[in-house]
Amino acid sequence: MKSFRTDLHIHTVLSPCGDLEMSPVRIVSLASKRGLDIIGITDHNTTKQCELVWKLGQRLGLTVIPGCEMTSREEVHCLGLFEDFDALKEFQHFIDQHLAIIPNDPALFGYQVVVDEAENIIEALDNYLGASLDVSVEEVEQKVHELYGIFIPAHIDRPRNSLYSQLGFFPPELKVDALQISKLAKEITVREKYKIGTEITLVKFSDAHYPDDLGKTFTVFEMEEPTFEELRKALLREDGRSIRIP
Amino acid sequence: MKVSEIIEKLGLTVFSGRKGLDREITGGYVSDLLSDVMGNAQEGQAWITLQVHQNVMAIASLKDMAAVILVNNLEPHENTVRHSDDENIPVLGTCLSTFEIAGKLYQLLNQ
Repeated sequence: MKSFRTDLHIHTVLSPCGDLEMSPVRIVSLASKRGLDIIGITDHNTTKQCELVWKLGQRLGLTVIPGCEMTSREEVHCLGLFEDFDALKEFQHFIDQHLAIIPNDPALFGYQVVVDEAENIIEALDNYLGASLDVSVEEVEQKVHELYGIFIPAHIDRPRNSLYSQLGFFPPELKVDALQISKLAKEITVREKYKIGTEITLVKFSDAHYPDDLGKTFTVFEMEEPTFEELRKALLREDGRSIRIP
Repeated sequence: MKVSEIIEKLGLTVFSGRKGLDREITGGYVSDLLSDVMGNAQEGQAWITLQVHQNVMAIASLKDMAAVILVNNLEPHENTVRHSDDENIPVLGTCLSTFEIAGKLYQLLNQ
């Protein structure tokens, strides 16, 4: 087995709250320089910057997993990660059908721009990406799994927009591949506080919105190679794969 | 005041939990954060919310609340209906906003 430093919760400039410095070229360069092996791109309720980050990552030998951070109707934030761009495209279609239409005011919420390799703005998205989908957290999870994706509720220890803040306790019918704790949280404390058994894997990712956040927070995946299927196996701790929060 | 009386006086829809219509309402609580309701709601209160998730019923039951009132014409999820019937805690609905229904309920209970 090999060790892969993995951070599957990173925002780009496309997220309204993402720093303008978080361009695809900057993200892959910093992630690579700071020793990450696998990164996930998860903007709020959009997947439109993933493909460029993936392409640029390939040149540096950095594995990029396309994904999204969704807001359910209960305002629970959760991560969806996908194996390929067909699944990602279908998931984008699902978001387009369900995201509340609220015009973005960049002065209030921030810019929502898709940029190219040279950091030129090629598109500004009009609808506020911080709005919620009109579907429950379970329906979001089912869609991710229908597309063979990985589903991970985000920053579960935070006092807002987390599974526990919004819903009080773990919903009985929700199927998760792992739960993500925030960068300052301690695994043992979170497990005790929310009574999370060891059958559920916890991971720690950065939720980076600024270049400074990149590379400091990650989870080590012990597995054979940096592929989507191996990530899934490691989260499920199958065939000798495992994960470790440093 | 009984749940059945506020239904009549405030023109509420009854979605489920009809066996609980005789429950006594001692006050109200307004919140959409279920973790907050778990911590701060009191027994016998009517809970005004826009959350339609089934966890609402587990928390209403845990806190022994009198009823749940959904605002803005929202309807409960099917699992929420099922739990409401199991727990005998009515889920009610209104076309009014949280502000308006909370104001009316407050007035009614403090007459």
